[in-house]
Amino acid sequence: MVGSAFAEAGADLELVGIHKRFPGFTAIEDLDLRIPAGSFFALLGPSGCGKTTTLRLVAGLEQPTSGRILIGGKDVTDVKSFKRPVNTVFQSYALFPHMSVLENVAFGLRRRGISDPVGKAHEALQLVELDHLAARRPQQLSGGQQQRVALARAVVNRPALLLLDEPLGALDLKLRRQMQLELKSIQDDVGLTFLHVTHDQEEAMTMADTVAVMNKGAIEQMGAPEELYELPRTAFVANFLGQSNLFTGPVISSKGESMVVDISGVKIEVPKDRSQRHNGEVTIGVRPEKLSVHSEAPAKAAGVNVLGPGRVTDVSFSGVSTQYLVAVPGLGPITVFSQNMVFGPIANLGAEVWVSWTVDHGFGLADDPGDAPRFASDTNTATIATQTRNELLAEIGEG
Amino acid sequence: MAFAAFGSGGPGAAVDQAPRRRSWVALVLLLPGLAYLALFFLTPFVSLILTSLQTPVEFGDVGQFQQAFKIENYALVVQQYWPHFLRAFGYALAATFFALVISYPLAYFIGVKARPWPLIQALMLTLVIAPFFISFLLRTLAWKALMSDETPVVQALKALSIIPSDGHLTGTAFSVIFGLTYNFIPFMTLPLYTTLERLDTRYLEAGSDLYAAPATTFWRVTVPLSMPGVVSGTLLTFIPAAGDYINASASFLGSAQTQMVGNVIETNFLGLLDYPAASALSVLLMGIILLLVGLYVKRSGTEDLL
Repeated sequence: MVGSAFAEAGADLELVGIHKRFPGFTAIEDLDLRIPAGSFFALLGPSGCGKTTTLRLVAGLEQPTSGRILIGGKDVTDVKSFKRPVNTVFQSYALFPHMSVLENVAFGLRRRGISDPVGKAHEALQLVELDHLAARRPQQLSGGQQQRVALARAVVNRPALLLLDEPLGALDLKLRRQMQLELKSIQDDVGLTFLHVTHDQEEAMTMADTVAVMNKGAIEQMGAPEELYELPRTAFVANFLGQSNLFTGPVISSKGESMVVDISGVKIEVPKDRSQRHNGEVTIGVRPEKLSVHSEAPAKAAGVNVLGPGRVTDVSFSGVSTQYLVAVPGLGPITVFSQNMVFGPIANLGAEVWVSWTVDHGFGLADDPGDAPRFASDTNTATIATQTRNELLAEIGEG
Repeated sequence: MAFAAFGSGGPGAAVDQAPRRRSWVALVLLLPGLAYLALFFLTPFVSLILTSLQTPVEFGDVGQFQQAFKIENYALVVQQYWPHFLRAFGYALAATFFALVISYPLAYFIGVKARPWPLIQALMLTLVIAPFFISFLLRTLAWKALMSDETPVVQALKALSIIPSDGHLTGTAFSVIFGLTYNFIPFMTLPLYTTLERLDTRYLEAGSDLYAAPATTFWRVTVPLSMPGVVSGTLLTFIPAAGDYINASASFLGSAQTQMVGNVIETNFLGLLDYPAASALSVLLMGIILLLVGLYVKRSGTEDLL
């Protein structure tokens, strides 16, 4: 499988009907996935959704219970990990502590008997701008530098497929942004296929060509980042990728290109081609930044949905935008992100406001409203704090 | 003195006083240990060196010596007992090697493979130290009985012509090395277990991910990462094995042909009452072990590991 030559280009990865069961739970349930050669693919999902298991299956560190794995059209399901044309940037980096940075990078080249391993390792270190630290031990480097060494150690082998297991998780925000850009430019340079696993939706959206959102061992939705964001198919995607205001009600009539949904007595229009269901009880949604806040009832206009009057229950200023929480009687609280076009907030706490959005911005979900999880709006600061803490706890638990 | 208090160099006037008091406290705390070392190590050691330079009292009884500076004692014992030195280090080296070969897979199994089953780990560790519950002399004697000429094992070996019909197992280099290996295996297994138990298996996955076959990963990753355990295990085995006099003694697994330095030190001290010779042998044994261990530790470069 592994020749002594570098891969000419990235290879396709295909997962066919993958199941993975561990004693006591099922990590992956019937997963089918095709990643075209040369693309930057992100698997996005919360902790425990099966994304890391998927990566380990591709690397050959775990065996699937059933299903096939194909790399570049060849079935590698039964090929041992050290014979697969795949390299991984591990979440923990896993740099060998008993070797210098240079020897770490040259390790894979030496194992494959590639000529001039030291020269090629130096080149890879130059790519990540760490050649001057080649003689150091990994533990003498900072977290960001170790991460770049781990990247060099994987990229130097020119694998057909590069796997990234939340490699940026341990970095601080600024370094993470910088590394995201570097990773992206390395991918452009070397043209490898990247499979990136992350729970950071922003990271997935800025870096990947295609994002697959995973939940409970299955892919909920897959597509280009803009597509996923603008047109989520399920409540899980709508809330995992950014925030959404979701409403549930029956479809009462059809009006040209749109359908009309009765939300607690208010008629809301949603474009039919942006909705997965067209009759019965449906869940519809709209992104908070698509909403406008008005201090007076806006004039009725075609193609605009209006909710209100409601009361502002929370205002938080975050620089580029202000976040309002509007309680409309009969509906849950509605989140609005409003760009700071004037100085300071345009509505104060307790003010009476109306909320409007263009019909084209609405979307309808595929979930059955009966069993779809009702998401409590997670926009007041206390819930955000709890959520962040839970995420952190989950992360710590995972590590 | 390298107390942390001196290195801290924190700001403020209180710093002037604090380190001095803390170093005084540290000294008081160290005192029992220092006193112990002075009393039970330094004193006997000085006495040993002095004894090794003594000369017999003229027309005195056997075992009567007076203080002198008879450095020839060392040359005499080397001349007389160099085969015992060679045997001691040869046997100890062989026993260390066999103990390592037997202990490494065992420790690897307990420390790495059995990680998902703590009960099995605990059970196997208990089995490793279980022999300590029975006296070491008794166990060695038991082996003497097991290897004596009448046992079925020896009979079978003779029938198969693996050993000649008039041969023995006891009293040979084989039985001595066997005894040493057997007796010191726990000292090898336990330090190996403690390093392998902490071995991060993610490094092994990384090795496999970087095209290293399992055997290559073992030699390039597992072994170097477990070197601290290998070094302490081999030292804990080699040092006492080189000075051992039980296994090689004729009353146990050895014979006159398998005597090690420990045996001749015993004979000189307790049998011949030649205290200077026994002391010179002890000092030499200690010096050689120290030299070998120093070279070994320097070569294996353990301070580089983590």
